[in-house]
Amino acid sequence: MKNSVLKGALAASALVLLANAASAATLDDVKKKGFLQCGVNTGLAGFGAPNDKGEWSGFDVDYCRAVAAAIFGDGTKVKFTPLSAKDRLPALQSGEIDVLIRNTTWTLSRDTQGFDFTGVNYYDGQGFMINSKKLSGINSALQLSGASVCVQAGTTTELNLADYFRTNKMEYNPVVFEKLEEVNAAYDSGRCDAYTTDQSGLYSIRLTLSAPDDHVVLPEIISKEPLGPAVRQGDPQWADIIRWTHYALLTAEELGITKANVDEVKNGDNPEIKRVLGQEANTKLGTDLGLTNDWVVNVVKAVGNYGELFERNIGAGSPLKIARGINAQWSKGGLQYAIPIR
Amino acid sequence: MASQEIAPVGSGGDKTSLLNDPRIRGYFFQILALAAIVGLGYWIVHNTIENLQRARLATGFGFLNGRSGFDISSHPFTAYSSDSTFAQALWVGVLNTMTVAVVGIVTATIIGFIVGIGRLSHNWLIRKLCTVYVEVFRNVPPLLVIFFWYLGVLSALPQARQSIDLPFGTYLNNRGFFLPSIVPSTGLTLAGIGLIAGIVGALLVRRWAHRRQLATGQTFPVGLTALGLIIGLPLLAFILKGFPTFDYPILGNFNLRGGTHVGPEFMSLYLALSFYTASFIAEIVRAGIRGVGKGQSEAAHALGLRAGPTTRLVVVPQAMRIIIPPLTSQYLNLTKNSSLAVAIGYPDLVAVGGTILNQTGRSIEVVAIFMIVYLSLSVLTSLFMNWFNAKMALVER
Repeated sequence: MKNSVLKGALAASALVLLANAASAATLDDVKKKGFLQCGVNTGLAGFGAPNDKGEWSGFDVDYCRAVAAAIFGDGTKVKFTPLSAKDRLPALQSGEIDVLIRNTTWTLSRDTQGFDFTGVNYYDGQGFMINSKKLSGINSALQLSGASVCVQAGTTTELNLADYFRTNKMEYNPVVFEKLEEVNAAYDSGRCDAYTTDQSGLYSIRLTLSAPDDHVVLPEIISKEPLGPAVRQGDPQWADIIRWTHYALLTAEELGITKANVDEVKNGDNPEIKRVLGQEANTKLGTDLGLTNDWVVNVVKAVGNYGELFERNIGAGSPLKIARGINAQWSKGGLQYAIPIR
Repeated sequence: MASQEIAPVGSGGDKTSLLNDPRIRGYFFQILALAAIVGLGYWIVHNTIENLQRARLATGFGFLNGRSGFDISSHPFTAYSSDSTFAQALWVGVLNTMTVAVVGIVTATIIGFIVGIGRLSHNWLIRKLCTVYVEVFRNVPPLLVIFFWYLGVLSALPQARQSIDLPFGTYLNNRGFFLPSIVPSTGLTLAGIGLIAGIVGALLVRRWAHRRQLATGQTFPVGLTALGLIIGLPLLAFILKGFPTFDYPILGNFNLRGGTHVGPEFMSLYLALSFYTASFIAEIVRAGIRGVGKGQSEAAHALGLRAGPTTRLVVVPQAMRIIIPPLTSQYLNLTKNSSLAVAIGYPDLVAVGGTILNQTGRSIEVVAIFMIVYLSLSVLTSLFMNWFNAKMALVER
C-alpha cells in the first residue's frame, strides 16, 4: 500500500525533524506519557491479534503487557500499534513505538542497523505449508520445484526462501505481499501452491484459512529464526528493562512462581524467590534498573510466568497447540535459559 | 541607485526616504526570504545528519552494491536473481513501473478516446453506456478498481488444472495468462530486421508519395505498399530461413510450464489503471470536442463532408489542442498511481524499494530514490507531451 511509502517517508521525516523522538531516555518518555507504545503484529493468531472482544491478545502482546507492568505496576498501561513486516523497523526507528515485540528475527544486520535485540522469547524456524488435498503427492519441501510460493515482503523469510531453492537447485515463483492478511488471502484463494513463514506462524495462519484441515505443514525447517523484542540502539537502560522482563518471566517459571501463587510465595521462606520478588531487605535490584523493587511481582501478576504465557496463547491451552519443544526451560532440554536475577 | 536619487529630496529625511523606498524594501525582504530558506535548508540537513549519528545509522548509497538476497517474480526485460545487487533489484522495479505505465497509458488513451467520442454519439444506447462507464470508474478510488480486477475477476478464474483453453495454445487460469513463446532462431532475427526495414521503407515511400502528390497531383497507393513492405519482408525472411517454432505451455507439477506468461498482478494493475484513467481521458476528450466551435462542423457539412470524415478531419485535429495539456496530467497520474501495485504484490519500484528499505534499514536513501525516479518519469512524460503539443499546435499560415 501507499501506507508503507508514507511510513517510510514518515520515518525519514521524523529523523529529519524530530530530534527528541529517539532521545536517549526512553524510560522517562514512557513514564511521562503514562503508557507504553508497543509495536505488534497486524493479526497473527496466538502471537498478536485482536480477539473476538476486540482486545489485543497473544504471546507477543502479553510481553508488551509484562513490560508495562514492570514499569507502571499495571499491565493495562499499554497501547498497541499493529505493524506490517515492512513497516515495523522504520516505526521503531522513528520513535513511533517504544518497543517492537512482533515475531522479529534477531540477525546481525538488523542488530547493527540501529536496533538492539534484547533476547529470544521464541525460538522458531521457517517451514512450508501446502494444501494436501490439492497436492496430495507432496510430503517434503524438496518436491516443491516449480511451485508458486506466497511470502511476506521484507522478511528474513523472503531471503531464506531464495537461499533454500537456490541451494537445492529448484525453481520457484515468489508471490510477495506486504501485509500478512494479503498473503493469507492469496494463499487461501489458490494463488500459490505453498506458503512459507516461521513454523509457529504457519500453525497460527492455518487456523484462519477457510478449510484448516486441508492444509499440512511440511516437516522441513529451513532456517533458524530466533524471535525477540527489539529496541532502538543507544539506550542501554531501556534495553535492560525489556531484557530483564523476559528473564523475570523465565525465572518465575523456573522457581514455580505463578499468577495465582505470587502473593503467597512472596512472603514465604525461599530466599531465592524473595530476592527475585524484591522482598529482600534493602534490595536495590529493581531501583537500579529504573523500576520499583516489586517489579517482578507486578509482571507475574499481570501475565503469569513464561510457561503460563506460552500455554495460554500458543500451547496446549490454545487452539494452536504448539509443543514447548526447544522453547522449554534449559533444565528440561530446551533453550530458554534465564540469566540470574541477583 | 534609486535611494541616492531620492535622498536629496528631503532635507533631514535620509532615514525616512530609505525606509519608504520600495526598491530598498524589496531587496531587504528578498534577502530576508533567501536567508530564511537557506537557514531552513541548513537546519534540515544539519539536523538529519545529527539525528542519524545519534541513532547510529549509516548513511550513503554504498549499500546499493550489496547482494539483494531476495527474488522478484517478474523481471521480463533484465536478468535478475537473488545474487544481483540492490541497485539491480531497484532497476527491475523501475522497469516494471515503466512497463505498466507505458502499456497503461496506451490502452487508457485508446479506451478514453472511444468512450469520449461515444458520449457525443447520436446513438442513445452508445451515449448512455459511455456515460455509465465514465461515472462508474471516475467515482471509484483506483485502489478499489485494482482490487476489483485482482480479487473479483482474476482470483475467480479456475486453478491450473482446469485452465481455460483459448485459441492459439493460450491458457487462462488464476496464475495468469499463458501464451506460447517463440523459440529464437536465425529466421526470427532476420524477420525482425525485415520488419524494421519494412517500417522504414513504408515511411520513406509515404514521404516520397506526399512530395510527388504536391508536385504533380498524382496519388500513390501508400497504404497497400506499406502493408506489403511491413508484412512481406519478415515473411520473406521466414520463407528463406524457415518458419519459427513455438514453445507451448503444458501442464507441469504445479502449474503450466514452458511458454511465457503474464501474472495476474500485472494484468489487474494494468487493467485497473487503464480503465480508471480512461474515464478521465474520456471527459477530457469530450470537453475538447465540445470546445471546437459548432461553426467548424457546420462548415464541413456545408462542404459536403459526412459525419465520420468531419469528426476525423475537422473536429478532432482542432480538439487535440485542447485535449493534450490536460491529457499530460492524466498520464502523470497513471504513472504515479502505479505505485498502488504494492497492494496486490506486483513488484514495482515502491514494492521492491520497500523490501530493500526493510532489509537494509536505509529509509532516507530509499525514499529519496523513490522521489527522484518518479520525478524523472514525470518530467520525461511532460517533456514528451510538450513536444507533442508543440507539434499539434495551430500553425498560422
